[in-house]
Amino acid sequence: MQDVKEFRPTIVAFCCNWCSYAGADLAGSSRLGYPADVKIIRVPCSCRVNPLFILRAFQRGADGVIMAGCHPGDCHYTSGNYFARRRMTLLFSMLDYLGIERERTRVEWISAAEGAKFAKTMNEFVATVTALGENKRLEDLRCKK
Amino acid sequence: MQEMMVKRAVELLENGTVDRVLGWTTGEFAYDMTPAVFRSADDLKNGFVYNDFCAANLSKYLIKECVAGGKILVFLKPCDTYSFNQLIAEHRIKREMIYVIGIACEGKADIDKLKDMGIDGITGITAKDGVYTVATIYGDATVKATDAMAERCLSCKSKKHMAYDELIGEDGDVVADCGRFDMVEKLEAMTPDERYEFWRGELSRCIRCNACRNVCPACSCEKCIFDNPGSGVSQKAAVNSFEENMFHIIRAFHVAGRCTDCGECTRVCPQNIPLHLLNRKFIKDINAFWGEYQAGENPDAKPPLGRYEKGDREPGEFGGVQA
Amino acid sequence: MQRIGVFVCHCGTNIAATVDVKAVVEALSHEPGVVFATDYQYMCSESGQTLMREAIREHKLGGVVVCSCSPRMHEATFRKAAAKEGLNPYMVEIANIREQVSWIHKDIKEGTEKAIILGRAAIAKVHLNQPLQAGESPVTKRALVIGGGIAGIQTALDIAEAGFEVDIVEKEPTIGGKMAQIDKTFPTLDCAACILTPKMVDVAQHEKIKIFSYSEIESVKGFVGNFRVAIRRKARYVDEDKCTGCGICTEKCPQKKVPNEFNMGFDTRRAVYIPFAQAVPKVATIDANYCTMLKTGKCGVCAKFCGVGAIDYKQQDQIVEREYGAIVAATGFNPLKPTQYDELGYATCADVVTSLELERLMNAAGPTAGTLLRPSDKKHPHTIVFVQCVGSRCDAENEKGKPYCSKICCMYTAKHAMLIRDKYPDTEVYVFYIDVRTPGKNFDEFYRRAVEQYGVHYIKGQVGKVVEENGTLKVQASDLLSGEQLHIDADLVVLATAVEPDKSARGIATMLTASMDTNDFFTEAHAKLRPVESPTAGIFLSGVCQGPKDIPETVSQASAAAAKVIGLLAKDKLTCNPCVAQSDELLCNGCSSCERVCPYGAITYSDKEFRGPNRTTLIRRVASVNPAVCQGCGACTVACPSGAMDLKGFSNRQIMAEVDAICKM
Repeated sequence: MQDVKEFRPTIVAFCCNWCSYAGADLAGSSRLGYPADVKIIRVPCSCRVNPLFILRAFQRGADGVIMAGCHPGDCHYTSGNYFARRRMTLLFSMLDYLGIERERTRVEWISAAEGAKFAKTMNEFVATVTALGENKRLEDLRCKK
Repeated sequence: MQEMMVKRAVELLENGTVDRVLGWTTGEFAYDMTPAVFRSADDLKNGFVYNDFCAANLSKYLIKECVAGGKILVFLKPCDTYSFNQLIAEHRIKREMIYVIGIACEGKADIDKLKDMGIDGITGITAKDGVYTVATIYGDATVKATDAMAERCLSCKSKKHMAYDELIGEDGDVVADCGRFDMVEKLEAMTPDERYEFWRGELSRCIRCNACRNVCPACSCEKCIFDNPGSGVSQKAAVNSFEENMFHIIRAFHVAGRCTDCGECTRVCPQNIPLHLLNRKFIKDINAFWGEYQAGENPDAKPPLGRYEKGDREPGEFGGVQA
Repeated sequence: MQRIGVFVCHCGTNIAATVDVKAVVEALSHEPGVVFATDYQYMCSESGQTLMREAIREHKLGGVVVCSCSPRMHEATFRKAAAKEGLNPYMVEIANIREQVSWIHKDIKEGTEKAIILGRAAIAKVHLNQPLQAGESPVTKRALVIGGGIAGIQTALDIAEAGFEVDIVEKEPTIGGKMAQIDKTFPTLDCAACILTPKMVDVAQHEKIKIFSYSEIESVKGFVGNFRVAIRRKARYVDEDKCTGCGICTEKCPQKKVPNEFNMGFDTRRAVYIPFAQAVPKVATIDANYCTMLKTGKCGVCAKFCGVGAIDYKQQDQIVEREYGAIVAATGFNPLKPTQYDELGYATCADVVTSLELERLMNAAGPTAGTLLRPSDKKHPHTIVFVQCVGSRCDAENEKGKPYCSKICCMYTAKHAMLIRDKYPDTEVYVFYIDVRTPGKNFDEFYRRAVEQYGVHYIKGQVGKVVEENGTLKVQASDLLSGEQLHIDADLVVLATAVEPDKSARGIATMLTASMDTNDFFTEAHAKLRPVESPTAGIFLSGVCQGPKDIPETVSQASAAAAKVIGLLAKDKLTCNPCVAQSDELLCNGCSSCERVCPYGAITYSDKEFRGPNRTTLIRRVASVNPAVCQGCGACTVACPSGAMDLKGFSNRQIMAEVDAICKM
């Protein structure tokens, strides 16, 4: 008899328009499911993802943030994901340094042809974040009910 | 030293090479040395001070001076010249408007350490052969310099000037094993829980006075996003733990690859938060991930976040010692 | 506040089966700013669009949210429909509730909840949307081709044939490039000059083509459709308009000891010269490094003999400014100089030559008039060793050379071996190779003919050492298949040296803000789908400057580049993507962080005046974005610490509003 509500994480996925968002579309049209906890935000390129957005998501109650872009070398804008990769490398390292669970953030390169990889990645990520539980270390209590 | 500096400054003022001098003067207290602009020989003779309390990095003040025009003489310690070069690289100051006199530095005294030793009523300081003689209203006190030196000076990365027009004193060398990453490594070796506790303990003391930002030569934005209501993330004061973290993470990120590790942020923090440990983490990461890089060493170098390699590591592959 | 209309599509049962569309409409109708919300069977259908247009009109909608399939499917459709009703198309946002909801979530309750959240995020975004106008810029209907080799020639001819003006800038005195030096071409063995020189003549005679030979690019300004290029016409001390190319000066010039680069230095030319008989333009050039008149002021023989008074010792470099709509890089290659490989003896033995040198030694117009004689004693070689992959396929870190395969060497070596065996059957020919790579139409057949029909000895293995002893080249090599060490007494050794991009390419790439890889080959906009375009708009790639390739491939790529150029020049105006970066000058620090990460060179800096305190004027360096060049990736927006750089259509505020809407539980 459980009266505690089952924990469902909130997950924000930043997807680049050209590869990963298309990969998500392919996952959809192939009916490859992943939990509804994942909500996608479309950005032109992974290099558009500002660390501010990721912190903002955690502030507003996200339990996990994932950024997906074109595979290195395949960026629609040639070099965007290379810069994104460096930025996220630093940001994630800093979050880890501050003792924030490193599993709450993730970067994955998913092409437009990789619908299966998109679904698999999201399933894995949701499982990981669900196991971690609620984001407590980087939360803003005012933003929670 | 002070006399030589004043003498040379007066000469350069009088022969018209420069029209003003950026240096230090005594502030509210005798140990509180404040950046100041001097416009005449009299000003210099009456007000200019250089001693082991003159810790402030003057390079950031050049931004404002360059806007005002004319030609400015500035005295820079070796670590300040890195900031100077970085500001040149970012077009924030104009080299041709500035005359740099490099001055040797053996490390600056930390007033808090002196006070902790029970030394009060300080009226001045002199250093000789690794010993500070602190003048106080109760008489002179002597302490071993390394016992009272600022932390950043104990792990000084370089005694070599990266830029100057002339030097007073000898130029030194880059310090190979300065040990500046020791504490970062110690933190990396902790468990995430320990690290979290450590940083909460430190950052929760932040009162958002913005002193770290205002003194930082890299934080020289025309308008900081935290002050700009249009940015969507402006905050006056951090109201909770998230905002404390947010401000410092973003600040460290914005100066990543640009921070020269001058240590001013920690020096001015009224809450004694070791902010430099955030910046040093990024510096250490950058070195480990993408090759050695020292901001301000070479104004023509490409900054690490402005370039990439195809084989760069993936985010989430963490460096350093992990628990 | 925006007046927003929400349209929820059933997509037949694609959405409606697993999302309660009525509940979505109901929930979203209570969102701030929403004045109209409805659902419909097929929003993308004609009647669905009409429904949307009527609602825009009736409810004076300022923003539209369509909850439907992926924006990659119908965003353009709905934007167009909105525009027809006078609503700015960029005021339309899509919430993807098919691919991201109905097709993957089987639980109706879960799906409906998520659809509502995605709808809220889209509404939150629309509130911050700004009407965007796609800008237009005119197109200068002229193309510039940099490099006059076969790549540049083909590109120029194709563009000119389509009716557009083309300028070719060639740094040498004549066009023709490397192909002009080649003897025969594989796999057909027809003579290179016979197929190249008619094309050179076509170029010279084409009324739409202008050749700037002996000229270099000085600077490039502007952007796609509107480039301004300064061309340095180097002084050739001969008036091009007067010179008839009669060649009398090149016969009378007393300075006879100038190494002839066209023949790879195997013979000499005069200080005033025409590189080869079929040169285009056929105009003499005085080599200032050797001309006695230019060096000492004493001589003047050529001027004396010139019947038309074309010699002008006082000529200066001239800078010509021209405008172009498109630029094609066709800067070509050079074979690597193998002097760094001491073991192969190129620097020390006269009879160790490169493949291009061999081309000249076998060419009827070459220094030996086509008879194969070795350079040291002008004797016919009886044993010839070919060494493959010299400087190609090297381990970048440990070896001196290039990491890539130069692609053409296997084939031209087979050609050389075959031609030699054909002409001189008494010659033994050995080819040492790592692998033989001959993909291509009729290529492998060609190679097999060399082995099977002409009896060329192909040996898998590497040559370790070449030393000269009494006029014989002692070649030490290993046969990898038999595991034996071989010692061959050769008369001639030919090194198949790597192809490397012309040294001038790096500087040109910088001027064009076109990116290059670590080997100095130009990078394509997309390796597979846009292989002849540079990532920089309006810059196209032709020939080996993009990567090693043979003549047929070069020609097809050259024509492909021409087709892209024609497609651009055929437009009167270019419509720009309005979702581009924009710099807020009041916030800009002028630090150049954004410029460094821009792949298109769309950001420039200028000093501008600003109002300072107390009625003063401040001058600050600030960034501005050229909307015709920016492609809207957003890299600059994150590089900018002050937030001065933002991306229209995907602004910081808009993305954060979406984040907030999604995370609000």
